[in-house]
Amino acid sequence: MNFDFSDEQKLLRDVARKFLAKRCGTNVVRQVLDGDAPFDRDVWKGIVELEWPGTAVPEDYGGIGYGHVELCVLAEELGRALAPVPFSSSVYLATEALQLAGSEAQRRKYLPQLAAGEIVGTVALAEGTGAIRPSAIETSYDNGKLRGTKTPVPDGDVADLLIVAARSGESPDDVRLYLVDSTSKGVTRDSIHTIDPTRSHATVTLQDADAEPLGSGDADWTVIERLRDRAAVLLAFEQLGGADAALEMATEYAKNRYAFGRPIGSFQAIKHKLADAFILNDLARSNCYFAAWALSADADELPIAAASARIAATEAFEYIAAENIQTHGGIGFTWESDCQLYYRRSKLLALTLGGVRDWKHRLIDQLEHRTTAPLTTAGAK
Amino acid sequence: MDFSDTPKEAEFRQEAREWLDANAMRGTDTTGKFHVGGGDEEAALRNAKTWQAKKADAGFVGVHWPKACGGRELPPSFTAIYQMEESDYVVPRGFFEIGLGMCAPVMMRYATSEQVREHLPDMMRGEKVWCQLFSEPSAGSDVAGLRTSVRQEGDEWVLNGQKVWTSGAHFSDYGILVARHDPNAPKHQGLTFFFIDMKSPGIEVRRIKSIPGRSNFCEVFFNNVRIHDAQRLGEIGQGWEVAITTLMHERLAVGQASGTNFDDVLALARTAELDGRPAVEDSLVRDKLADWYVRDKGLEYGRYRMLTRLSRGEMPGPEASVGKVVSAAQVQQVAKFGMDLMGAAGIVDDARLVPAGGAFQLSFLAAPGYRIAGGSDEILRNVIAERVLGLPGDIRVDKKLPFNELPTGTA
Repeated sequence: MNFDFSDEQKLLRDVARKFLAKRCGTNVVRQVLDGDAPFDRDVWKGIVELEWPGTAVPEDYGGIGYGHVELCVLAEELGRALAPVPFSSSVYLATEALQLAGSEAQRRKYLPQLAAGEIVGTVALAEGTGAIRPSAIETSYDNGKLRGTKTPVPDGDVADLLIVAARSGESPDDVRLYLVDSTSKGVTRDSIHTIDPTRSHATVTLQDADAEPLGSGDADWTVIERLRDRAAVLLAFEQLGGADAALEMATEYAKNRYAFGRPIGSFQAIKHKLADAFILNDLARSNCYFAAWALSADADELPIAAASARIAATEAFEYIAAENIQTHGGIGFTWESDCQLYYRRSKLLALTLGGVRDWKHRLIDQLEHRTTAPLTTAGAK
Repeated sequence: MDFSDTPKEAEFRQEAREWLDANAMRGTDTTGKFHVGGGDEEAALRNAKTWQAKKADAGFVGVHWPKACGGRELPPSFTAIYQMEESDYVVPRGFFEIGLGMCAPVMMRYATSEQVREHLPDMMRGEKVWCQLFSEPSAGSDVAGLRTSVRQEGDEWVLNGQKVWTSGAHFSDYGILVARHDPNAPKHQGLTFFFIDMKSPGIEVRRIKSIPGRSNFCEVFFNNVRIHDAQRLGEIGQGWEVAITTLMHERLAVGQASGTNFDDVLALARTAELDGRPAVEDSLVRDKLADWYVRDKGLEYGRYRMLTRLSRGEMPGPEASVGKVVSAAQVQQVAKFGMDLMGAAGIVDDARLVPAGGAFQLSFLAAPGYRIAGGSDEILRNVIAERVLGLPGDIRVDKKLPFNELPTGTA
């Protein structure tokens, strides 16, 4: 049994951590928070030079042909650094969607560009408030044209390639994915202000925009669910990285901040709070590792594993992001403190691809209907 | 990131599985969940001893112990593999875990090789049962505050005082014990460690009646009990260090609280009705179920992560406390929630009248003990905060003062 990253994967993690520590400190995240740029171009350029966008793309399609566990390693580091770049949209969503359901021609056309960072892609699912489900989607496809409004679309303002979920016929359940060039006629993109300006979002309006079905037009809701499951694992690793970084920040402060003549970390009220954060992070890490295995093996357990990882990582990151501020006290509430960066990102990630309630329902649905052997047998494989 | 055994581990797992298939029944152990303390205990102990002897003869006891101590000297992961396999079978549990998991490692480290040869084989085969005598009425979480005294007289020590919460003392043949030899020294420095014969004159064992009404906890009283100096483990005054070694082994031995779990509450939620529909369709129920599933799995996959470290020959660190903190709280939450799902009948504590044979009610009554035994919620959080996160220790008023000058309360 090796229920851990391999030595090579740990090496990749070290390289990623060093690169991000050097090029993507919180000062860089803050520049995006305070400025007008939708993302940090220098960090993105470095990531592209390191070929990270092509991590899980086969060499035949212009990638470097590692597996998804390597992508999980990078996701954790990007989450830890709160990287203000369109990596998740372009890699976990658009690249994955093309690999899952793209036609051979579409994959030949787009994957090399996405892997090389020449274009940025995203997937547009949500249409306003509410759970992401077929009946909530009103954007429609008819005869090569898309019409409707998607919001919020992650990196919708910077993406070149949009993959849009839309109704393909009269039936409200018949929702499929379509490819749209964001510069084409009929596409309007308006940046929107979110709780975390370090990750860009937009409203995308489609007025008879030219579109082509993803794959042979059979990328339906089951494909969307698979895509969500796969991306959820990677987002959970970003949450895990963020949660660990926030706990380190709180721990460091608790060791060095003195009150009542002693470090505040010597008080049990602080100790137990941070111990609880460690426990949540540890449970999240274990669930994430299982999900990384399920993702890389494309195992039947993926939907259950992805939901579990998402639920655990969401709880962990939301908890420590809030308690990090509490540990800091007043200084943690100032604009100058980095506490807000974790707090903002934790909620943003918690709601990306649907909130925790959706994932809990999906998890219990899967457990009620699962036909595969219980997961406890996994150890004997 | 995989679950594959190494070829040697796979071979061992196969060996264990074949042996278990030939000697035990596969299944979930519903009675064993609540260990000993109920029913015909003597018969259960006889049964457990027979099983233990068979298991030891087959080479599944002391798997990672040195060969000189009767073990197979395999990496600790092999022990964990055997335990994983055994958990799928109904086998006697609850009699030898403390002896093998905590007493044996201390004996191997501190006893003479002659003593090891004398005692370990009997311990492994279940012929002798061992217990651990640490807690006292005035020394629970603060175990170094213990007051049981030993006084040296020539080659012997004379022991007086009282221990409490000693699991299985009433059926134990031997015990490991820490006592105070010097009340004038600061508390951690006045302690010395021994192993004792539980049948020695002057020892009186009384069962404790705890909230569930049955348990294997005991009080043990010492009245001028004589211990030979040869039974001292470690140097005079080294007792705290030896005790800490024992408690570190506890992490491997005492994994998690047992009781009603996710599977039990899911099964209940499928049959119980809320507002005319199966409870499992209720949003609030689903929300709770999801949380518990994720925690359960977090612990299970956490064990795989630990197994990975054990495979590399590492021992579990303080982070292993997570399993106990989480599982103890979860048993209590699940039990309470299961009873809520039964509505007014949730109060009925009669196996014939309520779902799951009354397991939720029994877990509800037993759960408070899990949150205290083997390191309370609070102590384990301190351990995580100080030993994993590296936060500073609390300011202590009791570290340097002579023990007999420390303030005491009235409770």
